[in-house]
Amino acid sequence: MSTTTGTANEDRVELSKADSKAVRQRSVRLLRTLLRPVRRRFIITVVLVVLSQAAKVSGPLLIAYGIDSALPAVRSGGNLLPLLVTGGGYLLAAVASSWLTATYLTATARLSQAMLLDLRIQVFRHTQRLSLEFHETYTSGRIISRQTSDLEALRELLDSGIADLASGIIFMVLTAVSIFSLDWITGLLVLAAAVPMYFLSRWYQRRSQAAYRSSRVVSARLIVHFIETMTGIRAVKAYRREKDNAATYDELAEDYRRVTVRSINLNGIFQPGLVLIGNVAVAVVLLVGGFRVLDHGLAVGALLALLLATKRFFQPISQMAMFYNSFQSAQAALEKVSGLLEEVPTVLPPRTPVPLPRAQGHIRFAGVEFGYGSGPAVLPRLDLDIPAGQTVAVVGATGAGKSTLAKLIARFYDVTAGSLTLDGVELRQLSIADLRRAVVMVTQEAFLFSGTVAENIALGNPAASRAEIEAAAREVGADGFIRALPDGYDTDVNKRGGRVSAGQRQLISFARAFLANPAVLILDEATSSLDIPSERMVQDGLHQLLGGGSGPGGAPGRTALIIAHRLSTVAIADRVLVVHDGRIVEDGSPAELISGGGRFAALHGAWRDSLV
Amino acid sequence: MADAHTSKDNSTLFTSLGRLAPQLKPIIWPLIWGLLSALAASVVALVVPQVYRVLVNTALQPGNGTKGLWTGAAVVLGLGILEAGLIALRRQFVIVPATTVETRMRTSFYRHLQSLAVEFHDRWGSGQLLSRAMSDLNFMRRWMAFGAIMLVVTTLTVVIGVSLMFSMSWQLGLIFLAAAVPIAIFGFRFRLSYGRVSRKSQDQAGDLATAVEESVHGIRVLKAFGRGPEALDSFAGQAQELQATEIHKAKSLAVFSLVVTLLPELALGSGLVDGILLVSAGKLDVGALVAFFATAAVVAGPVESMGPLMAMTLTAKTAIDRHFEVMDAVNTVTDPASPVALDSARGELEFRGVHFRYPDTPAATRDVLDGINLTLRAGETMALVGVTGCGKSTLLSLVPRLFDVTAGTLMLDGVDVRQLTLSALRTHVAVAFEDTTLFSNSVRDNVLLGAAEQPGLSPEDVLEQALEVAQASFAYTLPQGVDTLIGEEGLSLSGGQRQRIALARAIAARPAVLVLDDPLSALDVNTEERVTERLRSVLESTTTLIVAHRPSTVSLADRVALLQDGRITAVGTHSELLAANSHYRYVLASLTEEPRDLDSHLETGLGEELAEELGAGKEAGA
Ligand SMILES: Nc1ncnc2c1ncn2[C@@H]1O[C@H](COP(=O)(O)OP(=O)(O)OP(=O)(O)O)[C@@H](O)[C@H]1O
Ligand SMILES: Nc1ncnc2c1ncn2[C@@H]1O[C@H](COP(=O)(O)OP(=O)(O)OP(=O)(O)O)[C@@H](O)[C@H]1O
Ligand SMILES: [Mg+2]
Ligand SMILES: [Mg+2]
Repeated sequence: MSTTTGTANEDRVELSKADSKAVRQRSVRLLRTLLRPVRRRFIITVVLVVLSQAAKVSGPLLIAYGIDSALPAVRSGGNLLPLLVTGGGYLLAAVASSWLTATYLTATARLSQAMLLDLRIQVFRHTQRLSLEFHETYTSGRIISRQTSDLEALRELLDSGIADLASGIIFMVLTAVSIFSLDWITGLLVLAAAVPMYFLSRWYQRRSQAAYRSSRVVSARLIVHFIETMTGIRAVKAYRREKDNAATYDELAEDYRRVTVRSINLNGIFQPGLVLIGNVAVAVVLLVGGFRVLDHGLAVGALLALLLATKRFFQPISQMAMFYNSFQSAQAALEKVSGLLEEVPTVLPPRTPVPLPRAQGHIRFAGVEFGYGSGPAVLPRLDLDIPAGQTVAVVGATGAGKSTLAKLIARFYDVTAGSLTLDGVELRQLSIADLRRAVVMVTQEAFLFSGTVAENIALGNPAASRAEIEAAAREVGADGFIRALPDGYDTDVNKRGGRVSAGQRQLISFARAFLANPAVLILDEATSSLDIPSERMVQDGLHQLLGGGSGPGGAPGRTALIIAHRLSTVAIADRVLVVHDGRIVEDGSPAELISGGGRFAALHGAWRDSLV
Repeated sequence: MADAHTSKDNSTLFTSLGRLAPQLKPIIWPLIWGLLSALAASVVALVVPQVYRVLVNTALQPGNGTKGLWTGAAVVLGLGILEAGLIALRRQFVIVPATTVETRMRTSFYRHLQSLAVEFHDRWGSGQLLSRAMSDLNFMRRWMAFGAIMLVVTTLTVVIGVSLMFSMSWQLGLIFLAAAVPIAIFGFRFRLSYGRVSRKSQDQAGDLATAVEESVHGIRVLKAFGRGPEALDSFAGQAQELQATEIHKAKSLAVFSLVVTLLPELALGSGLVDGILLVSAGKLDVGALVAFFATAAVVAGPVESMGPLMAMTLTAKTAIDRHFEVMDAVNTVTDPASPVALDSARGELEFRGVHFRYPDTPAATRDVLDGINLTLRAGETMALVGVTGCGKSTLLSLVPRLFDVTAGTLMLDGVDVRQLTLSALRTHVAVAFEDTTLFSNSVRDNVLLGAAEQPGLSPEDVLEQALEVAQASFAYTLPQGVDTLIGEEGLSLSGGQRQRIALARAIAARPAVLVLDDPLSALDVNTEERVTERLRSVLESTTTLIVAHRPSTVSLADRVALLQDGRITAVGTHSELLAANSHYRYVLASLTEEPRDLDSHLETGLGEELAEELGAGKEAGA
């Protein structure tokens, strides 16, 4: 088993032979899958390149023809036809070659952009599909670096590589054929140059692979640091991290510079090395050919032609070196991207989903166990039945496992053991669409996207009209402050909702959930940053939303799971669960529990005392 | 968003490139040497055919010995080695200096960003900034090390080639040169249009990076609402726009290349006809005609590469513009010219007629903070109470100067905070934000982020104390104890755990003034009570301004200030305000509205309208 599956160990630069081969293959495979849908366009592009090369070659031929045939014809009696043919042909060739060049430039851009778009979307889709567990450790900076600087490397390859490679190969093959047809000994000499070139390329491949790999790793580090600083800039400033950060960044940037120089320098040996081999070959051809000329084995003219052809043969070599260089760089980048794409989401949609078009909201935990990753069990064993339409309050100390419980219902994570069902169907068996329609969770972190207030609320239901959006905002009591914003519902909330206050962010998140109107609503500390009057308003709205009758088709209203430290919320609950160390230690109606004198009663008492 | 950085696209190519000059100054010699090497390599390549000519005419004539051949081959070999060496030399000369300049610009970019005010960062997406720090600077380096040099070499080659052609036949030379006029005109148009698209594509690429960043940071919300497909659609739309721009860009370059290669070729075509006619008329000899076209063939390559090199230069201009756009952004929160030293602060904090408005607030609306007068005595704990969105966090952010007051003064120990250096001020002030901004480090690194050196205490002790006060000792029970990595933004902790780590971080800084923005909101009642208790004893000598939404937090405070409509409308103890102020009761006393939970003694305060204490605490001003 390889140790480099997915993104594991992606920061390692020195890989064992087997691992190195595995990641390279993975990366080439990705390149191939990207090429497959555009292979026709690829072929057309290559053909265009070849044709434009052919048109280019015809120019000098026409000049030769003009001087050898048209000139004598004009001189000897004014026959202008060959001259017209020459001139017209030249113009035609010029038009054809430049038009073909322009066309293949555009075609290359289309091709490369199509592949990039494809890969961008694939990576985006895949990162969205990956589970939270993955994101918690991988960090957004890395994903951004995969999506930006790694793709940039691929883009370089695609933009110039195809034309370089295709025209280079065509050119070399044609020249080689003409050399062989002139003189096979020279042909063999030229071919012999391939041997040192092969070894030089092998050397370059091995060294540059490591260099580009470390360049990807270091640039990812640089990006991660950059993104984290910019995201947490307030804390950076408040805690005077600027100097230390700058020192870290200097170091990372210097590392990055060093690996960049290393890869450029390798190329700086490789490319002149190839030129050198070519030049040596020319000298050898001259020497060998010269002896044969002296021995009358070869005509002087033929030797001259062979020398020129040999020189020409090696001309595209530096282009090819450039191609190989970008190929190495792109391959290192694709190693990382393909690793990310290889990550398997731990929370997978089912192969054959059980349809649940209209959920009632009956939730059942049976023998559920759960722990994050390989960590300790957070929920050691849980049995719980929440009938449809019930409003359940979940209380307990911080870190007890309340959010975990909620996140399981929203299927952010899959249970480690036991079964968790909605209306009798295992959550794992529901299609993602059905599940998200049925279960919506307002998370503890109220995250707003940059965009308008209306867009942010509409996230709850993209099909909602403006009137519905406003109605949802009114119900949670957010309408007032939204209208007071400079552009009302069309105000841009800035990145992460920085334009509005923390409480206002929570209200907007709340409005989202109202708009989504699911069968099961989970509220995780959704009112923690609100003042008491706003909280009260939200609760009124919530009460209406959850209350019977308003449910779809006369259903018994909505199931709600409300996590709150402020026990005021508990007032509207039918049932209270007290969670302690991942276990449900008390379960009953609020009144029962208060009179029962257990933990909840104590908690409630403490809360009451805290109020005044 | 995109409109934050719409360009004032009126800088010309040369002014933009000129801005690089100070950066290039220290490395100008290596660049020149690199240029000379490149030129020399081209010259060497041109010399080799001359050697052939000599060889053919002398050594290879029948009857000569092998010595001449050996020499000739040795010369060709030597020139070949020289050419390869010169190519290698060009890289050797420029690569290290160019990457050094790139790195210097990158690090100063980062430093500048760190120093820019929060207000700047609120407007700019991190992806957009990142694209400027990475791809723009990469591109600029490449242009410097390759594009600029090659542009000079190419231009020189073309100029020399064309003058050679003139020397062979001025008639043909003129025809060839005639092609240059439309190229120049077209080149001018190309410069404008290509400059515009390249700017657009780089901006769009930056916005795309921002979109990626948001989609990852907001992944919980996207998952919770199942909006992954919609996010993908909108991302795909954005990516398609970028794709369209890129293709447009390529097309524009292709058309330019077409013109640049076609026109000279057309000129050559008619030159060929004309030349043959000239020769046949005896006005030109065949040798010159051949030489003319041979030279034209040499010039063709460089002419063809003019298009891509111009495009590269224009893109480099865009990159430089984008870089300097950020570098030119002025820092609105700066150190004073002659700072006042305040070695140890007592922690007396006074807001005197403080006004604040956010930069994008419409003119008609009143300031968020509309004349704040408030004094915190040294060591006092003051709670700040007000409805959602009334400006509490804004007020707090003025203390460490994340924003600057727009009018009035904020004083620490009688010194205007704007007269202290930022680092001094921020040493005296520590903040716990309402959304806990943690970093993806270990618990230890997060808590000790701004920790002060304390005599006789090791960092370990400081950590332990801070965690103990914030009731965050759970950290020791995490899988790797305090060295456990807590995930991006601390998201592998529970909400309350996160908040306590952030609180511990503020406490570990041992500041004179502690600013806590609703620091207990995610804690359960029992934990909150314990934290409150510990805080109260620890905060004895620390001036604390704490935002509170709950009576339980208020109870931590010696006095409470009520923020209403941008002013402090009342200051007093909790019970005083509860008794005297109806707005305070409205904000804080939930029970008055809920008859079944009503606490009877609250009733006594109702209806009584006592005079509100405004700006209380002035007497401590000295
Ligand atoms: N993503 C995660 N990875 C690893 N451990 C986690 C993760 N999220 C939570 N935990 C751990 O699981 C336990 C339960 O966390 P959970 O978020 O469920 O608590 P909670 O009851 O919601 O607390 P709070 O009231 O503070 O929000 C905590 O010890 C926490 O450290
Ligand atoms: N960056 C900003 N640009 C413009 N307006 C802003 C910005 N940040 C906040 N505001 C506005 O200023 C007002 C005060 O915001 P602030 O965050 O200070 O409120 P708050 O009292 O802390 O509220 P909460 O209790 O919800 O945290 C709000 O109405 C908000 O919409
Ligand atoms: Mg929680
Ligand atoms: Mg606030």
